Amino acid sequence: MTTTLVSASQTRAAAGLARYLQRFAEAERAGTATSAAWLMPLRRAAMDRFAAVGFPTTRDEDWRFTNVSPIAQTEFRAAPTAPAPLPAEAIAPFLFPGLEGVRLVFVDGRFAPHLSSTGAAAGLVVRSLAEALTAERSVLQLHLGRYAEPQHDPFCALNTAFLEDGAYVSISAGTLLEDPIHLLYVSTAAGAPTMAHPRNLILTGENCQAAILEDYVSLGEGVHFTNSVTELVVGDNGVVSHYHLERENRQAFHISRLRSEQARSSTLTSHSVLLGGALVRRNMHPILAGEGGECLINGLFMPRGRQHMDNFMRVEHASPHCDSRQVFKGILDGQAHGVFHGRIIVHKDAQKTDAKQTNMNLLLSEEAQIDSKPQLEIYADDVKCTHGATIGQINEDAVFYLRSRGLSAAVARALLLFAFAGESLKRMKVAPVRRRLEQLVSEWLPQGNLLEGMD
Amino acid sequence: MLEIRNLHVTVNNRKILKGVNLSVKPGEVHSIMGPNGSGKSTLAHVLAGRDGYAVTEGTILYRGKDLLAMAPEERACEGVFLAFQYPVEIPGINGTYFLKAALNAIRKYHGQEELDAMDFLALVKQKMKLLDVDDRLLNRSVNEGFSGGEKKRNEIFQMAILQPSLAVLDETDSGLDIDALKVVAGGVNALRSPDRAIVVVTHYQRLLNYIVPDFVHVLVDGRIVKSGGKELALELESQGYAAVEAECRALAAASI
Repeated sequence: MTTTLVSASQTRAAAGLARYLQRFAEAERAGTATSAAWLMPLRRAAMDRFAAVGFPTTRDEDWRFTNVSPIAQTEFRAAPTAPAPLPAEAIAPFLFPGLEGVRLVFVDGRFAPHLSSTGAAAGLVVRSLAEALTAERSVLQLHLGRYAEPQHDPFCALNTAFLEDGAYVSISAGTLLEDPIHLLYVSTAAGAPTMAHPRNLILTGENCQAAILEDYVSLGEGVHFTNSVTELVVGDNGVVSHYHLERENRQAFHISRLRSEQARSSTLTSHSVLLGGALVRRNMHPILAGEGGECLINGLFMPRGRQHMDNFMRVEHASPHCDSRQVFKGILDGQAHGVFHGRIIVHKDAQKTDAKQTNMNLLLSEEAQIDSKPQLEIYADDVKCTHGATIGQINEDAVFYLRSRGLSAAVARALLLFAFAGESLKRMKVAPVRRRLEQLVSEWLPQGNLLEGMD
Repeated sequence: MLEIRNLHVTVNNRKILKGVNLSVKPGEVHSIMGPNGSGKSTLAHVLAGRDGYAVTEGTILYRGKDLLAMAPEERACEGVFLAFQYPVEIPGINGTYFLKAALNAIRKYHGQEELDAMDFLALVKQKMKLLDVDDRLLNRSVNEGFSGGEKKRNEIFQMAILQPSLAVLDETDSGLDIDALKVVAGGVNALRSPDRAIVVVTHYQRLLNYIVPDFVHVLVDGRIVKSGGKELALELESQGYAAVEAECRALAAASI
């Protein structure tokens, strides 16, 4: 019986793989992939890689807690080009009050210029990756695909094989960007299952200061699959913050990867807030390549119902005197499943590494589940690496304390949950982003509406 | 104001209170003293409505209403306040925000308009002076990282803001140095008024030098075994609880 089941799912997975091979062949023939012929070897190598390994299964150590067979078994197609462009009102609910800067909007994976404002800040080049593939060819040839290696992850291979559009951001040395760059990825999710493979390349020169917000949303309630990869380079002494917000619909499959490369004495703060999606996997792979770099990865994930959210960290210390911090907080309700997998790799020469990892989780129901797995690989001898994970419930002593001062049990609980999440939100320095996220998080909490009007 | 009749309470199937009777009128200050494990804190928690305390017999009337039928927040809104022996640290909730939310919840309960930020701040400033409380404490998370003395002072500060009708102080004096004790006592005394009652639960007589009670009750093994005026506290101080306990045992033996 078991054998039959296994072989049935293997057959379905094989069928899934065959579909992607066929799509790839179609794309090659149709010439969409050949618009930038120079990219073809990269795409083909990635496709070969994907064909060789296929979708990961829970037998793969890195995917032990996340079963992606629903993705493998669903037939996704690129969304057809919309007959009419999306009206501006459609995206209005997703804009951040107070964010007036550069905004790139992608609809079903394709750049939507009429919804975007590329502005004209000195030292900043922002355009769609599709344009950049030809217009910025020499830079892209140097950087695209250099950091995010398809061999690490089949989904990264898939993204590279099918990449079509995304954001290209280049910030020249010494530029201090006042306003964050808002990258909004809209899935119309109107009918049959669609997929998009957004690919972003963000290059910042020496002494830059900038903030980037990646924001994933759905308009409709349909099934869709977002598989994004972002390569982010932080130059010497740069200070960059990156925000990733997942708020797609509850049918969405969302796999994303942030691969960052930090030069000497640079600081990267990477925030990730996962609220939406049915099956979400957030991969983060920072490499501290230059001496004296600092990297903070701050994460908040709040699955409920049957949502599954997996945070997969691979933090690499490749040079001496670098600090990394991972602070992940989970609030899990219903039958939700959360995963925190934090791997720290300290290379042989990365002496004086200071790496710390914390994962704190609140389980609000009996059926919610969290798998927390730290992993240290240390090849240097003079390092400081610590990790810790906690799993708990709401502190009933605190609930009673608040109630004894007149607050209702529901308000007390909502307040305590917001306080727990608030510690993550407080680390976000860009005020308009933080304020809006505070709002989104409190709305997402059970009975979070009670917190409204209390301030 | 408060009528406790024949109160029996068990915790984890252990009998802690075994028939407590207590009558507190507006304007009075009562002190409940007793050795460790006599049930003092249990009594305080039962008054505030904490879970896990099973009342197996007896009644508590507060202003003529059945206190035991009320949720903790309802009791707070009706004017019952417990100053905790061990105030809870609540990371991530700002002290001022919390107090304003609490005060406004109580005002709302009474159909009063909620205080706006300006009026609230004025009230806070006034009470801060009274209790020698630092701004610093209010701008931090509730009780987080506070010293023992700061926590106790913060309890009395909350009490001063919320202006309860019945305040129950659970070992508010323990762990305080003499200066902090004076400040705390000053805050409590400022609250004394003909329409308020205060119940001071304490192990030591020391606090009662500063908060002078009208009545002192001695709780031993879940029962009030002796009641008297403020001089009873001094008697306990000089003779210790052992003398009272021995007296009780003798009485119990005699009655068998």
